[in-house]
Amino acid sequence: MSRKTDNTQTQESPDFDPQRRSFLGAMATAAGLTLAPGVILYSITKSQPTEARELYAAVSSDVRWGMLIDLGRCESGCDDCVSACAKENGLRGHGRPTTDAQWIRKVDIKDPQTGNSKSLPMLCQHCENPPCVDVCPTGASFKRADGIVLVDKHTCIGCRYCMMACPYKARSFVHEVLEDQKSFAPRGKGTVESCTLCVHRIDSDRLPACVEACSDTGGGAMLFGDLNNPDSEISKRVAKYASQQIRADLGLKPGIRYRNL
Amino acid sequence: MTPRRNTFVMIAVVLVCMTSLAIVASAAEKPQSSGSGRVPMPVISPGQGDSCVEDTDFMRRNHMLVLKHQRDQTMHEGIRSKKYSLKECVTCHAVPGPDSRPVTTSSPQHFCRSCHDYAAVSIDCFQCHASRPDPDVLPSGHAPSSTSPDGPVAEGIE
Repeated sequence: MSRKTDNTQTQESPDFDPQRRSFLGAMATAAGLTLAPGVILYSITKSQPTEARELYAAVSSDVRWGMLIDLGRCESGCDDCVSACAKENGLRGHGRPTTDAQWIRKVDIKDPQTGNSKSLPMLCQHCENPPCVDVCPTGASFKRADGIVLVDKHTCIGCRYCMMACPYKARSFVHEVLEDQKSFAPRGKGTVESCTLCVHRIDSDRLPACVEACSDTGGGAMLFGDLNNPDSEISKRVAKYASQQIRADLGLKPGIRYRNL
Repeated sequence: MTPRRNTFVMIAVVLVCMTSLAIVASAAEKPQSSGSGRVPMPVISPGQGDSCVEDTDFMRRNHMLVLKHQRDQTMHEGIRSKKYSLKECVTCHAVPGPDSRPVTTSSPQHFCRSCHDYAAVSIDCFQCHASRPDPDVLPSGHAPSSTSPDGPVAEGIE
């Protein structure tokens, strides 16, 4: 029995009965209260990704961090995301381009048949089924509950199987003794590393450095957000526009998606 | 001079030499750091604030356990509480160096290194972790410096 039906009956009733009206009012309030907890629960679930987690609360799989990169806005010569990443995480080259750490790089691609060319940033794709985690013999390569794929350097033995397994060439090996690392991005010789999606920033409700730089000085091509939240901007855009995962045929379900590829 | 007297003189000379050598050696072994006696004691920087996060006795015995527990929580679950964070240890116990920045583990004055040298326990935390606070981060409870070289002070971010 809906409230509307009840109200209609009250209005149509020729003889006014205050007792009946108060009963119906109470029923309506009860219905409202019953509805309210559901609404509140729903709003908590929705707002979790944008609001700070409790200090001692672990990350949860309710959130799936992802990125949508619009290649229509990504200029070929621009590498603001790359330099912002290096600055943020304290990546310094050693003059050895073949082995220097690369957490994100710009790749220019061209269709030989049509001549159509694109430039795209390539970073760890934070796969849902990450092959680097599958092959890791020590469990150092792991996927956090919120979808971020990381290397636990405390257990990494530097075997580099994950580098072989990654189809995106997203991982680097540290060959040199390092000094003066950033306190939030520990890195050291003999371990493998890759894009952390700026996990230290995400944990304090900030955007990854590359996304921030892209919107500040670049073309604003990168959108970061929670793919599990239907109300997030990224979810709305991936629902509205066609986007692609690179090598989707491998079934790794990357969290990084590209538009206009 | 009889051979017997000759032997006595020789022994006396050797004894004098050995005593003087011992005196010189003990002077050379004098500890560079605090404390008297022949054992070099660690230089323990007091840290900021009134007290550590736990009693000194507890920290001496268990700091490695709480650090390891915190490390796994932060790495795998994203829990970035500050109480047992290595970063907070390093920030709070920073020892000022000659260049106005805190010293790194390359200096024997470094808080962690000083004690670990004394105990002859090697640690590899600082092969990856920063052994001094970031230039733009000041220890908790300190007023931000207006002459920070690297821009604004980070707001207590782990």
